[in-house]
Amino acid sequence: MAITDDVLVIGGGLAGVTAALAASDAAEDARIRLVTYRQSTLRHASGLIDVLGYAPGNTDDQQQPIADPFTALESLPESHPYQRVGVDAVREALAFFDEVAGDAYAGAHTDRNALVPTHGGTVKPTARYPVSTAEGVASDDRDTLLVGFETLPDFDAPLAAAHLEAAGAPFDARGVTLSFPGIGRDDAKVTRYAHLLDHDERVETLTGETGAREALAATVNPHLDGESRVGFPAILGDDHPAAVREALSDTLGADVFEVPMGPPSLPGLRLEELLYDALESAGVRVTSGVPVVDYETVAVDSMGANSTAGESETAAIDHVVVDRNGAQIPHEADQYVLATGGLVGKGIESNRKRVTEPLFDCYVPHATDRYDWFVDDVFGEQPYARFGVVPDEDLRPLNSDDDPEFSNLRAAGAVLGGYDYAAEKSGAGVSLATGYVAGTRAGEGCQ
Amino acid sequence: MSDAQRPIDDGVPSEQPSTGGAGGGDGDDDNDEFEPVQVFPEAEEMDLRPGADSCYKCSTCDTNCPVAEVDDEFPGPKFQGPEQWRLKRQDDHDIDESVMKCSNCMRCDSACPSSVPLSQMHNTARAEYVEENMSKLSREYLRNRMLANYRRLAPLASMFPRTANVVMGLSVTKWLGEKTLGITSEREFPEFATETFREWWTDRGGAKVENEDKRIAYFHGCYSNYNTPEVAKALVHVYEHFGYEVMVPEQSCSGTPMFANGMLEDARRAAETNVRELAAAIEDGADVIASCSSCSMSIRQEYPELFDFEDTETVAANTWDAVEYLRVHEDLTGALENTAVGDEFDDMAYHAPCHSRNQGLDGQTIEVMDAIDGIDAHDVGDSCSGISGTYGWKEENYETSMKIGEEMFEHMDEAEAETGLTECPTCSMQMEHGTGYEIKHTLEVLEAALGGDGAENGAGSGSDTDAGTTTATESI
Repeated sequence: MAITDDVLVIGGGLAGVTAALAASDAAEDARIRLVTYRQSTLRHASGLIDVLGYAPGNTDDQQQPIADPFTALESLPESHPYQRVGVDAVREALAFFDEVAGDAYAGAHTDRNALVPTHGGTVKPTARYPVSTAEGVASDDRDTLLVGFETLPDFDAPLAAAHLEAAGAPFDARGVTLSFPGIGRDDAKVTRYAHLLDHDERVETLTGETGAREALAATVNPHLDGESRVGFPAILGDDHPAAVREALSDTLGADVFEVPMGPPSLPGLRLEELLYDALESAGVRVTSGVPVVDYETVAVDSMGANSTAGESETAAIDHVVVDRNGAQIPHEADQYVLATGGLVGKGIESNRKRVTEPLFDCYVPHATDRYDWFVDDVFGEQPYARFGVVPDEDLRPLNSDDDPEFSNLRAAGAVLGGYDYAAEKSGAGVSLATGYVAGTRAGEGCQ
Repeated sequence: MSDAQRPIDDGVPSEQPSTGGAGGGDGDDDNDEFEPVQVFPEAEEMDLRPGADSCYKCSTCDTNCPVAEVDDEFPGPKFQGPEQWRLKRQDDHDIDESVMKCSNCMRCDSACPSSVPLSQMHNTARAEYVEENMSKLSREYLRNRMLANYRRLAPLASMFPRTANVVMGLSVTKWLGEKTLGITSEREFPEFATETFREWWTDRGGAKVENEDKRIAYFHGCYSNYNTPEVAKALVHVYEHFGYEVMVPEQSCSGTPMFANGMLEDARRAAETNVRELAAAIEDGADVIASCSSCSMSIRQEYPELFDFEDTETVAANTWDAVEYLRVHEDLTGALENTAVGDEFDDMAYHAPCHSRNQGLDGQTIEVMDAIDGIDAHDVGDSCSGISGTYGWKEENYETSMKIGEEMFEHMDEAEAETGLTECPTCSMQMEHGTGYEIKHTLEVLEAALGGDGAENGAGSGSDTDAGTTTATESI
């Protein structure tokens, strides 16, 4: 017997989770399952939810960030995933996210991009941002102290402060590097810092043993010179970040914010936890740690009699096969969503001859000569960055003849081609918008 | 054959034409000078280079490590695996002793986005450390050897179970255990059953159902034989309910505690017996079923990663978790519809063991429980219980173990249930130790549901009187 559901989502990142939640929202009685292999790349991500930061096709490094992403969406090329789903769907998807995220995220009050300082001292244009970063936005003109730690070399606070000032931030920024109380080893994990603060563990300081939060505030306090806000690398708690910020803020007498960091990122981790809690509340079943490796289509029997000559039947997926250490477990559903990620997430793969979507072998357009897959300028307009499957307006992947590959398969997120999320700063927005549309249609489709 | 055309592996040129782009000649012919060459000789022994090369240092494994989160002495899985391998390329570097702080929960395996075989690297490194750097006369070695080979001691205890239980429960025994061996005195030793599962099986006269077409070989492991035979009996009753012929082949320890203590040679001996016996059962038409999540994990993943006996792969590919097998081969949900269980099981706090999680089975129990009327089973979250087999029994790890378990204890407290549910014997020890709840195995709940309330089906028959419920084959 196959394990049977109504909608099966393959992939557990932002697009897959959004699709599963949207499907569950669209079809309340339907049984939704999400299958994910390795852990999602959310914890590689900053936790920021961007829609469109920069206009595509512009590789001028002096270009200005887009102020209002929604007006800019209208002028995107027809092949861009945002154009396939339409601007209204992008708005609906963001509203859907806002509902799921609740007060963990800020930015819903305006259409305009916020500018959030990053650990490199640049500012990133983004539509939504974790509430822990809110006091730090670069449009706010309050003077800022950035605090880095010797054992967290990814965040060089003095350099980041200098970079912010050089970028024209409308405030004075200063950075100091301190020693984190209670952390002994040079390579302690970010989760260790977070656990220490979450549990307010007792730590040794020069003045005796105190709670970790108090010890951290006491370390920072002498360096505060009238600044009304203090930025820390994003390690301020995993389970209780609001309580950690509040404790620090009360002791320091200044607002406290986090600066998003590179991978592994706690804001990304918290977003992942938030989304998976939402899946559980929505009754979505999650199967993780195992790959989908194969599929079968519905047997085409005498149906061919009805089709006119020259028009081939669109195949439908009957079931997919999940591999558990060699055991082949069939999973059957009415509708499927492919959200396996792009080149980084391995939803798109390449070898020396061709670029493929490895699961269903959906059509991925690319040049025959692999030397045409890239350009020499690293930050130039790289063709490989746009590799991915081509969807119709219903987000069904199309074959090379522009016909749907399968009648009951939709694709969402980075497995889609036609956009360069790293250059545009559109990764989260495309995942949300296409995940929302693919999930909603899949939910509606199984009723 | 499947409809999917398996795409070719990365980096391996193939005859398949490109499906994309404009047609035309093969553009690669001009570039033959760039064909990759093998720069390292083929490995003769265990070589971890491929795993080390796949690591792109994203540190996702580190953020999944329950030990690194609470223990300042532990450098995390990325160090223990890929980085240690690189370090070892330099002369005069021994395996770092911190590898002994790894609890072998194997969470790093499913964390890795790049398929680095982290736990395999840890098992190999740990074995090398124990072999080359740990004194065979040290207290730590003796204690670890004893814990790893619990199965060798268990038969003695179960010959005189009542005496053993009394002696093991004495505070003087526990004090001695801590002082002389470094086994924490904080924990209660698990009780030995007065009748082992295998004794019960023999008394019962073996299988009650014969069926050439539906046969399973039950790998009960040590714990359900010596300590919780009720779990093993539940498995027999549930499988016989579905008409399976149950075989109980000769077996040794699965090897899990030996891997975790770096006793790779002990594990190899145990695995050799298991692979031989289980392969013979498969030859007789059986699939292998385990009720303990660490046993199934070991046979399915660690055996093929670490050993190459004849049939290792066959045994791995034909071994299943007990509930998973029924879900795929029977209409388990259908059979459970309209069944109910007594008050004993109405409200339960479920903990998914790490070794279930790594097999993709962490959501399974709650899904199956949903089908039974009157059961309210809550998942208490994705944290590790912290005991990790023998890890939490060691005096030096006890505090870390309880710190890791804190989140699970809190969630169990918050849930309304007063009974715990899990598939792993040592997780259940930890759950009981941290909360005082009684802990059940999923198979016990299925047995209660499928067996009915007893009144309807009549009393059990024959020698099968010790089970609280009757099997359906007997009542049908």
